[in-house]
Amino acid sequence: MTRRPGFLVYGLLAAFVIGSAAPFYWSFLLGSHTAQVAAQGVPPLLPGGHFLDNASRVIDTVPFWKAVGNSVLVASVCATSTVIFGTLAGYAFAKLRFRGRSLLLAGVVATMAVPTQLGVVPLFILMSELGWTGTTWSIIVPTLVTAFGVFFMRQYLVDAVPDELIEAARMDGCSQIRVVWHVVGPAARPAAAILWLFTFMATWTDFFWPFIALPADNPTVQVALNQLQSGFFKDYSLVLTGATLATVPLLILFVLTGRQLVAGIMQGAVKG
Amino acid sequence: MSQQTLDPTGSRGGEATTSPPRAGRPGGTEPVVRRSWRERRAAWDVRSAPYLYISPFFIVFAIVGAFPLAYTAYVSVHDWSLLGGQGDFVGLQNYRDVWANPYFSKQVVNTLSIFVLSSVPQVIIAVVLAGLLDNQLRGRTWWRMSILLPFVVSPVAVAIIFGSVFGDRYGLLNELLGTVGIGPISWHTDRFASHVAIATMVNWRWTGFNALIFLAAMQAVPRDLYESASLDGASRVRQFLSITLPMIRPTMIFVIITSTIGGLQIFAEPRLFDETTARNGGSDRQFGTITMLVYDFGWQLRDLGRASATAWMLFVLILLIALVNLVLIKRIGSLGADK
Repeated sequence: MTRRPGFLVYGLLAAFVIGSAAPFYWSFLLGSHTAQVAAQGVPPLLPGGHFLDNASRVIDTVPFWKAVGNSVLVASVCATSTVIFGTLAGYAFAKLRFRGRSLLLAGVVATMAVPTQLGVVPLFILMSELGWTGTTWSIIVPTLVTAFGVFFMRQYLVDAVPDELIEAARMDGCSQIRVVWHVVGPAARPAAAILWLFTFMATWTDFFWPFIALPADNPTVQVALNQLQSGFFKDYSLVLTGATLATVPLLILFVLTGRQLVAGIMQGAVKG
Repeated sequence: MSQQTLDPTGSRGGEATTSPPRAGRPGGTEPVVRRSWRERRAAWDVRSAPYLYISPFFIVFAIVGAFPLAYTAYVSVHDWSLLGGQGDFVGLQNYRDVWANPYFSKQVVNTLSIFVLSSVPQVIIAVVLAGLLDNQLRGRTWWRMSILLPFVVSPVAVAIIFGSVFGDRYGLLNELLGTVGIGPISWHTDRFASHVAIATMVNWRWTGFNALIFLAAMQAVPRDLYESASLDGASRVRQFLSITLPMIRPTMIFVIITSTIGGLQIFAEPRLFDETTARNGGSDRQFGTITMLVYDFGWQLRDLGRASATAWMLFVLILLIALVNLVLIKRIGSLGADK
């Protein structure tokens, strides 16, 4: 049976998409006008020519490039290490037999329910003991590998790698780590790409912990955004330019990889 | 050749018989010694590899998850200042102080109110949206990507953008409402209005994401169910209510639980929405949340003991609501089965 949709379906979807996109435009619109125009409410609906002026004001007001550098560093290191460790652990849980396996896997899943807020006080104490407060180490280390990453890779690898293939590799004398490198790695690639994207986005957009752990002169992009708007007088053209600038890198990433991202969400959902 | 005998698990021992003469040849001692060393190494490899591979997660979790969980409890029963460090053991005093703090109950109510305002419409809209997407659409991938678009915006940027849309005096929304003759709403000062504004931010970011999760579940529903239903004369809406919704219940549970965990921890949105200089949830904390109280106790009042006590109370609240959710969903499910 074909369920061919009518105009109503397309109309409702289009309305939703416009609602999804409109705040992006609004942000750019106010960012492209001067502070005076932006302060007086709804500007002309066509962008003004002041976006670059505002952008340079953003760069002068907060340590912008440092923030971008930190965010790129933190997000890519965390994403890469989550993929590596998640694949290793996911493979172990999916394919290797060892004592305590199901209990440990249940433990991994259970940790997903523990809120970050609960640990933030001792984490802060720990980081100051280690002397990492204020450095990007304090942001990187807690996200080196996540329960979600382990679980996601495990779910994927259970079906993606046939047991026979692993056995054959073992028969040919492969050590465990070479099995991972030559057999599991290539098979895991699609899921690994999605996990990398997810982790990158999650780390890039994270706020609570970086906000507590990082000082004003060494922020991530989100912490810098927070600084932008902490003045007495709210300069909307400034903060919205900042919001736009902070979103552009992820927007580009999304345009390039949105297809995989959608597939990943849908796949993870069915299995999870 | 001899490598075939190297399988230390012995599971394929039968296939190693391709070189039986080796075993019965005592002459060459050297290869025997080398082989047993390699065998031992291989056996060690097999036994230790799983633990080695899962250890990074457990080491990191021990440091940033399990240890803090226990340590938060420890800090919460002590006087503990941000600068001075550990003080006296005070038992449950921090919990009593937090409980007695007038802002605590207010911010618990705020958190619950924002949570309900965000999760209920979100799940409903996401399910309907997924139902719309579960059609033979032209440009399917394009539609799916479009609804996911808000997901790439950070909560901080969302709060800034919506903070200006919900501006009290010149905001876009109030201007629009003005054109249809509705007076300006004070989105930042009115308690309920501020909750609506913050819930809108959460909904904007997450509805599309959840819709995709629902869509995945819907596509796993066997199509012949719909076929026989439409042969029986059931309308599209009827099919959606009687087939689709019951079939995606497990996914429903998943989405509701995850949005509970996320929704009760809300921090960036209300904090960035705040225009007062203190930034702890409006002039009278009309939209302050529990997580903001954790921050307030810990890093503004510099009392890590109370911050920890608040964090534990938040955790208990999350568990309670997750439990209520489960019971509720079970109820609803059994009601559906009765019909």
